[in-house]
Amino acid sequence: MDFEKLHREESGRILATLIGLLGDFDLAEEMLQEAYAVALQKWPSEGTPANPRAWLISTARHKAIDRLRRDRRFERKSEEIAKTAEIAARPESDREEEMFADDRLRLIFTCCHPSLPVEARVALTLRTVCGITTEEISRAFLIPVPTMAQRLVRAKVKIREAGIPYRVPSPEELRDRLDGVLLVVYLIFNEGYLASSGDALIRRELCAEAIRLGRVLCDLLPKQAEAQALLGLMLLHDSRRDARVSAEGELVLLEEQDRSLWHREQIEEGTEIVESALRGGATRVYALQAAIAALHANAKTAKDTDWPQVAALYDALLRTHESPVIEVNRAVAVAMGRSVKEGLALLDELERRKELEEFHLLAAARADLLRRLGRISEAADAYRRALALATNDTERRFLRRRLAEIERLSDPQV
Amino acid sequence: MEYLLLIYHSEAGLGKMTPADTADLYREYGQLRDELAGKGKFLGGSQLMPTTVATTVRVRDGKRVVTDGPFAETKEQLGGYFLVNASDLDEAIAIAARIPSARNGTIEVRPLAVRGQAKPA
Repeated sequence: MDFEKLHREESGRILATLIGLLGDFDLAEEMLQEAYAVALQKWPSEGTPANPRAWLISTARHKAIDRLRRDRRFERKSEEIAKTAEIAARPESDREEEMFADDRLRLIFTCCHPSLPVEARVALTLRTVCGITTEEISRAFLIPVPTMAQRLVRAKVKIREAGIPYRVPSPEELRDRLDGVLLVVYLIFNEGYLASSGDALIRRELCAEAIRLGRVLCDLLPKQAEAQALLGLMLLHDSRRDARVSAEGELVLLEEQDRSLWHREQIEEGTEIVESALRGGATRVYALQAAIAALHANAKTAKDTDWPQVAALYDALLRTHESPVIEVNRAVAVAMGRSVKEGLALLDELERRKELEEFHLLAAARADLLRRLGRISEAADAYRRALALATNDTERRFLRRRLAEIERLSDPQV
Repeated sequence: MEYLLLIYHSEAGLGKMTPADTADLYREYGQLRDELAGKGKFLGGSQLMPTTVATTVRVRDGKRVVTDGPFAETKEQLGGYFLVNASDLDEAIAIAARIPSARNGTIEVRPLAVRGQAKPA
């Protein structure tokens, strides 16, 4: 029995069940630790039980009942007495898988409650639903461990003190609340996918966890097309993971990626899920982004991409989401699909807007289009401007490389 | 659990309402109160007189400082409250969302502290 492996892979699911059973995050965590301690003691001599997870849950539950009974002698809180009775009365998990699934879904909605700050929702979901340690979450988000620990403690206190329920929302509330959950999953994925600094292994784990959460949501809420769209989007983005970064750790643009490194099976699965989501009526932000990702993933070369369709989808996105990133992407799609000049004109128009002056992606996109048009010195200026504005190390390395290439072109003597 | 729903609204906006609209607003408030009271969920509540008749009291170094009005200039002022009984935060939020002023003002949902309740870790 690989105890470490069990701990790593099952803790999240066991904890979810225990929190559901006990209605208390801290008590559940503490009792699970005690159950592990008993297991470490007993399993080597008595043998590993047939179902380690059920054994741990049952042991933790009995420990909790003991603890609550003991506390009662000192405090005599009627609430505690009622809780103990309730926990003791709940049937042992004979339908374990089913119970676990429901518990996990309830826990997701609790962790993603809109009354918690967004950063806390993300951290709490990773900690309690996915079972990722506080240290790992801190490393992934480049936040000191004590700060992250405090964020988690505050969130758990708020859940208890404000009376945030442990429940799947009513059908009337489900759509709004699910949006909040999807946002958390999306943020977890993006942190793993887009962050350029920090530990690569943990970032990959974040993507995998986000996809796992997406699958849980789609399994348990099968008619939610937006959840499907998000899962499809994540699968499609993640399918490019091995082509996005070069052996030297440099960012590789979509256009220049080695498409043979893309994971075909994952693209097929993602595309199928996106199509099903669109048939199911998904029309919002994840669905549109997923449709764009599907067009990219299924194009044999960058040139073969259905750029007019990509541009049209960005148009649709802009109708509900004002975002400079989307505007820049749309201009690039126009440049690729119609003409570089037309795309550049759109970017020039964006640049005249005061609020986008400091936006490094805009400068970088302009530089790229100017380079394509052979306007080398203007391109070099735009790269320098992008470099001055960019803060992300990987992006800066990429921009520096491009600038060096351009400078060689403009001055062949050097 | 007991929750205090603090109702913030724009006093200026309230002052500009027509008498008919004001009557409708009060009627809607009355209906919600009655409905909640019927279910044993309404523990108390009232509209407050406007901030123009408010007084602020502070004691500093043993000296009483009494000034006019509320503490700071804001767009919305505390205009009233509901004290309700709800099974959890979601129910309290659902009640808050039905308070007429939620449509143009803001409702702050605060659980009451229970004496002897475990202190935050």
